[in-house]
Amino acid sequence: MLSYVLRRLIYMIPIVVGVSLVCFVLVHLAPGDPLVSVLPPDASEALKAQMMATYGFDRPYWHQFGLWVGRALQGDLGTSIATSRPVASEVLRAVSNTLLLAAVATAIGFAFGCLFGFVAGYFHDSWIDKAASALAVVGVSVPHYWLGMVLVIVFSVELNLLPPTGAGPDGSGDWAWNWAHMRHLILPAVTMSVIPMGIIARTVRALVADILGQEFVGALRAKGLGDRGVFRHVVKNAAPTALAVMGLQLGYLLGGSILIETVFSWPGTGFLLNAAIFQRDLPLLQGTILVLALFFVFLNLAVDVLQTGLDPRIQRG
Amino acid sequence: MPIVEIKDLRVTFTGGGKPVPAVSGVDLEVERGETLAILGESGSGKSVTLRALMRLNPEGKSRMEGTVRVAGQDVAALGRRELRAFRGRTAAMIFQEPSLALDPVYTLGQQIAEAVMVHDGCSRNEAMARALALFERVRIPSPERRLQAYPHEMSGGMRQRAMIALALSCRPQLLLADEPTTALDATVQIQILVLVRELQREFGLAVIFVTHDIGVAVEVADRIAVMYAGRVVESGPMREVIRRPRHPYTIGLLRSRAHGALAKGARLETIPGAPPDLADLPPGCPFAPRCFLATATCATTAPGPEPVGAGHQARCLRVDATAALLPAVAEG
Repeated sequence: MLSYVLRRLIYMIPIVVGVSLVCFVLVHLAPGDPLVSVLPPDASEALKAQMMATYGFDRPYWHQFGLWVGRALQGDLGTSIATSRPVASEVLRAVSNTLLLAAVATAIGFAFGCLFGFVAGYFHDSWIDKAASALAVVGVSVPHYWLGMVLVIVFSVELNLLPPTGAGPDGSGDWAWNWAHMRHLILPAVTMSVIPMGIIARTVRALVADILGQEFVGALRAKGLGDRGVFRHVVKNAAPTALAVMGLQLGYLLGGSILIETVFSWPGTGFLLNAAIFQRDLPLLQGTILVLALFFVFLNLAVDVLQTGLDPRIQRG
Repeated sequence: MPIVEIKDLRVTFTGGGKPVPAVSGVDLEVERGETLAILGESGSGKSVTLRALMRLNPEGKSRMEGTVRVAGQDVAALGRRELRAFRGRTAAMIFQEPSLALDPVYTLGQQIAEAVMVHDGCSRNEAMARALALFERVRIPSPERRLQAYPHEMSGGMRQRAMIALALSCRPQLLLADEPTTALDATVQIQILVLVRELQREFGLAVIFVTHDIGVAVEVADRIAVMYAGRVVESGPMREVIRRPRHPYTIGLLRSRAHGALAKGARLETIPGAPPDLADLPPGCPFAPRCFLATATCATTAPGPEPVGAGHQARCLRVDATAALLPAVAEG
């Protein structure tokens, strides 16, 4: 198992190189002048050239890429053009906010998705199944930014129960585990949880219905197990797939739902990406994409390792 | 008193549109220590009859009528808790395809220990020790290691041995075997049959062995019951039924065996036609449309069981005609 993890980590090197190359190229292919947001429209050519030199935009692309990778390896992702702050700390803060939101949303989605999926699969083809499946379809298909706005209208505007935007009181971007901050998490997390809930519910329903139809379930009853004993077997059979789906969902949500974070002004990676794109903030954009890509790769590894631990039929050495 | 008494058992599947009577009026008895083979083709109701003995047919989608008594207990009347105690302890089952009947994500040791712990309430260590003894008893090589193995890590024959060990783990009085050798190689089949017979003597088990293979039935059975379209059409002591079959269906089955060397160019005799649609049975004898002895009466009158010898019955209106065929069948 350890050698498997090590080997997977080594395989990650080419992936990371590829990802950083692609994200560098994409960002530089995009049209727009990166300095447009910091220079006044009537700035002199000399000043422009000086700024280009400061940020290194005057050098050849391969040189820029080399410098960027070299610094990134030392944990330095450059300086944001718009805010003049180090990209690494900006990204880190945004990632921690997004991670929090994504983890809570996935947890809610996983819990309810499993519940609905299990009930639907257990009462396969009954009205309970149909109701739960309909709910799952709604969860997958409803536009989340729309749902977010509806929730804001109901709970913030009409009922005045929960704050509509931000990650904390007074627009502070730093998280703390207290009720004043947690109130801000509820609406975006619930909105976001609807996606994984629907997908996990459908997966678990199909899994449970399939497992219950297998012959070994009859054999378990034949040896004298009751519903509780059979339930334990069904859970262990369904767990590897359900967890894999949950891991992938967490990965998608980590990419930061740009729409949801924008609706709720949640200071996460989606929000940051959105700002970086509109301000042509190339270092910030590059850094954010790279960190997110790395996250995804690590998450996949974690899911694979967990699955191997759970399902003896998956052989990895 | 016989350990199994089935009287007028009827199982109807109601899941789809039209109710399907899979078993319609089966009477069977099995004595302690006796092996009964239920012989029949797919759809004859043999597996459904077997599952009815443990109430394993899906409760929401099937209806069970008639009396089923196992070891003095009325199976249909058992409560949930009694049923759990009954399954695995009074009667245990082994299945056709052990790779499907074992949970793929638990080790074999865990699966056996689980049954032992449920029924005897003993500790995991005691249960594992029992599992080890059983693995030795069913002659699984390097049993300690195999207890830690998952089903997919074993061969088909070993899996079936493990399944037998699991079935015997709570010392049942009745062993139900649902085509346990069908999925195995011919050489492994014989080993498993020999093992079942050995264990049956050792534990004094009553065994009901469902099979479509006459060779297997001859190998294990004291008595044979032949099923067709949800009914027992002929039953009796094994030798008697094989040597003096009195139902045209049994005669057809025996004739359609490729026994020994079939002469080159000789055609294998078969029973013409196909088994009837259970949801749409003819009013008379269900075998009449395929029967070489059928008369006009057979199509309208359902035959009752006719005694044709000591403990030997055939459900046929033309037992006199089949009696006349006897020397020919015995030769064949």
